[in-house]
Amino acid sequence: MAISNAIYNAVFKRNSVYVTTIFTGAFAFGIGFDTGVTKFWDSWNRGKQWKDIRHKYVEES
Amino acid sequence: MLSRLPAAALSKQGAFAAARTASLRPATRSGSVRFASSDAASSSGFQALLNSRATLASATLLSVGSIAWYTHLYGSLPFISEVHASSPAEAGLHPAAYPWSNKGWFDSFDHASIRRGYLVYKDVCAACHSLDRIAWRNLVGVSHSADEAKALAEEVEYTDGPNDQGEMFQRPGKLSDYMPAPYPNEEAARASNGGALPPDLSLIVKARHGASDYIFSLLTGYVDPPAGVEIREGMNYNPYFPGGAISMPRVLFDGLVEYDDGLERSPWALGTPATTAQLAKDVTVFLAWAAEPEHDERKKSGIKAVILFSALTAISLYVKRFKWTVIKNRKIFYSPPTGKGH
Repeated sequence: MAISNAIYNAVFKRNSVYVTTIFTGAFAFGIGFDTGVTKFWDSWNRGKQWKDIRHKYVEES
Repeated sequence: MLSRLPAAALSKQGAFAAARTASLRPATRSGSVRFASSDAASSSGFQALLNSRATLASATLLSVGSIAWYTHLYGSLPFISEVHASSPAEAGLHPAAYPWSNKGWFDSFDHASIRRGYLVYKDVCAACHSLDRIAWRNLVGVSHSADEAKALAEEVEYTDGPNDQGEMFQRPGKLSDYMPAPYPNEEAARASNGGALPPDLSLIVKARHGASDYIFSLLTGYVDPPAGVEIREGMNYNPYFPGGAISMPRVLFDGLVEYDDGLERSPWALGTPATTAQLAKDVTVFLAWAAEPEHDERKKSGIKAVILFSALTAISLYVKRFKWTVIKNRKIFYSPPTGKGH
């Protein structure tokens, strides 16, 4: 009960806080989810993508 | 007969007959069920089985199912002969399914292969085939760096204009230019190739049955024509090509193209051996990319979409159950009024 009360007081009590939480939460989830999927994608396709083979053809100057 | 009977009468008759048979009484005309068209034998258990709807349904299902299965497996029904004006060879040999490295749900293109494939396209295919829908800028970040792509574009002269004198002029290519076509128009292409038009390769992988498998099989499938098959002058035999006679000769041979991923970059490493099969594989991957440049991004978005939508589905199913649980578990009692002299 203490936890739900704490959550209620922290998030749901004021609509301004509630809406802000939703927006920032969506933003953070978007970034996190995208990073996670990209990480999986890159590890699954290791050595096949251009960023993996670029160093073979381009000398950094 | 079945269609004429009311359903209730049918089931009643069946149940009654079954009960009769179980008690081993002589099968006689049933007393309680009478039909205008009922016959004496209809009350035996076997007849009931024959007349039941389940029997009819399962027999129908069996026959339809076996016909469907047979035609799926063999293509045509037995004992019903067919005559075709064409032979299977005219549709072309079916290509084998090859394990392309971009075949799986999560697999991106092999970009080193795209780069080699571009080299094969440029050195071999581009002599006759155009690639209208791919611009130099499309190579950037896929198979070449921006500087390399610029250098490749500058090797080609493009007509631009008009300038302030109203005249067209030649200039070296830019990243925004599209790949140069070998012929100015279709008529020129036909005239140079014995009447046959080399198709544009931009979407060829999507445009052919068998896609990559077909392209690879076609490029590596040139053989001598079998006995009895006559190929006209200027044509070549390829069993994968519908009809067998193709105007394009075999173009890929061992060592035809020199790959740039080997020696001068790292002297100790050997480059990819340019065998016929390797050349065909690489150019097929390149063409598959050209037909579908969005491929990698599409699959990545697909992963995200599947995860998100399955999560949302699970949530909505849970919420539905949660909201309905009160209604589903509700019990309604009726207490009749007692006494009171009603």
